[in-house]
Amino acid sequence: MDDKKALPRRGFVNGFLGVSLTALAGAVFYPIMRFVSPPRIPEAVRDRVLAGTVSELAQKKWKLFPFGAEPGIILQTPSGDYKAFAATCTHLECTVQFHGESKRLWCPCHNGWYDLGGRVVEGPPPAPLEAYTVEVDGEDLFVRKA
Amino acid sequence: MAAPRSTLWEWLDHRLGLTALRKPVDEKHVPVHRHTLWYYFGGMTLFLFMVQVATGILLMLYYRPSAAEAYESVQFIVTQVPFGWLVRSIHSWSANLMIGAAFVHLFSVFFLKAYRPPRDLTWVSGFVLLALALGFGFSGYLLPWNELAFFATRVGTDIAGSVPLMGGFIVRFLRGGDHVTGGTLSRFYGWHVAILPAITTVLLLVHLLLIQRHGMSVPPSVERRGGARRQMPFVPDFLLRDLVGWTLALGVLAALAALFPWELGAKADPFAPAPADIRPEWYFMFMFQTLKFIPGGKFLGIENEALAILGFGLAGLLALLVPFLDRGAIRRGRSPLFTLAGAVALVFMVVMTAVGYHAWWPVWSAVIIILGPWAAGRWLARRGEETP
Repeated sequence: MDDKKALPRRGFVNGFLGVSLTALAGAVFYPIMRFVSPPRIPEAVRDRVLAGTVSELAQKKWKLFPFGAEPGIILQTPSGDYKAFAATCTHLECTVQFHGESKRLWCPCHNGWYDLGGRVVEGPPPAPLEAYTVEVDGEDLFVRKA
Repeated sequence: MAAPRSTLWEWLDHRLGLTALRKPVDEKHVPVHRHTLWYYFGGMTLFLFMVQVATGILLMLYYRPSAAEAYESVQFIVTQVPFGWLVRSIHSWSANLMIGAAFVHLFSVFFLKAYRPPRDLTWVSGFVLLALALGFGFSGYLLPWNELAFFATRVGTDIAGSVPLMGGFIVRFLRGGDHVTGGTLSRFYGWHVAILPAITTVLLLVHLLLIQRHGMSVPPSVERRGGARRQMPFVPDFLLRDLVGWTLALGVLAALAALFPWELGAKADPFAPAPADIRPEWYFMFMFQTLKFIPGGKFLGIENEALAILGFGLAGLLALLVPFLDRGAIRRGRSPLFTLAGAVALVFMVVMTAVGYHAWWPVWSAVIIILGPWAAGRWLARRGEETP
């Protein structure tokens, strides 16, 4: 065979194989990349949940409750008011709790402190806790996103 | 472009000693004769095993091994996760094709008498690998926690209970209790993704090292013909042919997965009646069907069913020990009785599978798989090329 003819043919075959292998690799890895990215699951939108009862809060003063997939916290202040917030610390997403001695909300992970209005008073949290509205319906305490 | 490649090679070689690693690969050659096509089934089994590992790891990202969540998680994979249906279908189809390829590999090694010393341990390790593959199939079948798998597992583990003396222990060991429950599912999951893969990895390495050590066996019929032996380098000649086969297998897998997605069925309900079409995977069908034919009653004080199971166990043991029993193949390269026994076993398995399915496809599949490579080898030999 003539060398002048052989070289373009080899080039064509190499190019053809290269394109084919690239397409094959794409056909294999594209589904894999899509598979490992989890699908977004739409959550049921709820803006009002039953967080607890008046008698519960009279006894325990505070409790955590589920608000969709996230925790919320409801508490009774020393003056007798009910307050509720998102219980996820704005620093690194730990769950806060009520600190009885200081009468403040405390995140134990990095020692973040919030007052009973949800405002940051100490520590690393960059933003206040999201505040919810509490609705008293007889014995039941409902919490609504503001 | 040659300079940077060689510089990179030198850089890596200096650190990893690639030249020393490459030497045995460069020296490896594959015999070329009319039966060479059968050599490709070992590599095909390995490729399908790699597909199993890759898709299995992907499925683990979403699968939840509990009775309460397993079925729903698989349902989530096939309906919500992008390409989840494809990954699951490829995992299921590839499992079946892998076991099919392993059976073809085993029988071709048997009939070509490639188990003769010094390749006896290669046969033993390969036989145990096939048994492990069946274990993968049995344990994986239950994982979607659907109706068919639940009852097939009940029946399958119950059969093991027929083994005299140890039956009760084996059933409890397999099920993780007296019944098939969520505990069985967790246990099967552990076997499927941790214990079996660990054993398989070690044994596969041993198997591959033995093949590398002894090379491919030349069948006695080719040895007897004498003359100059033809061979091809493993790299790149044989490897490239292997890669063509693997690419085709990938295409077949994708087509099967797309055209016949693996069904999920209904969720297992321990208090529901067993479905009418209950059956094991196809590779257990010949045993399942044989047991259906065994009449009730006892022989010498032992249940007939237990005797049949012991018979299968004994046959498996004899097959495992074939390299040490077949003296004729060692001395003369001929052992017609062993060949006949293997042929009878093969026909029995194919016929019983066909009877179990009330279909002819197991027969046609076997005929095509046996005659295809055989006829292709003959054709290439007649053309005088002998370069399959």
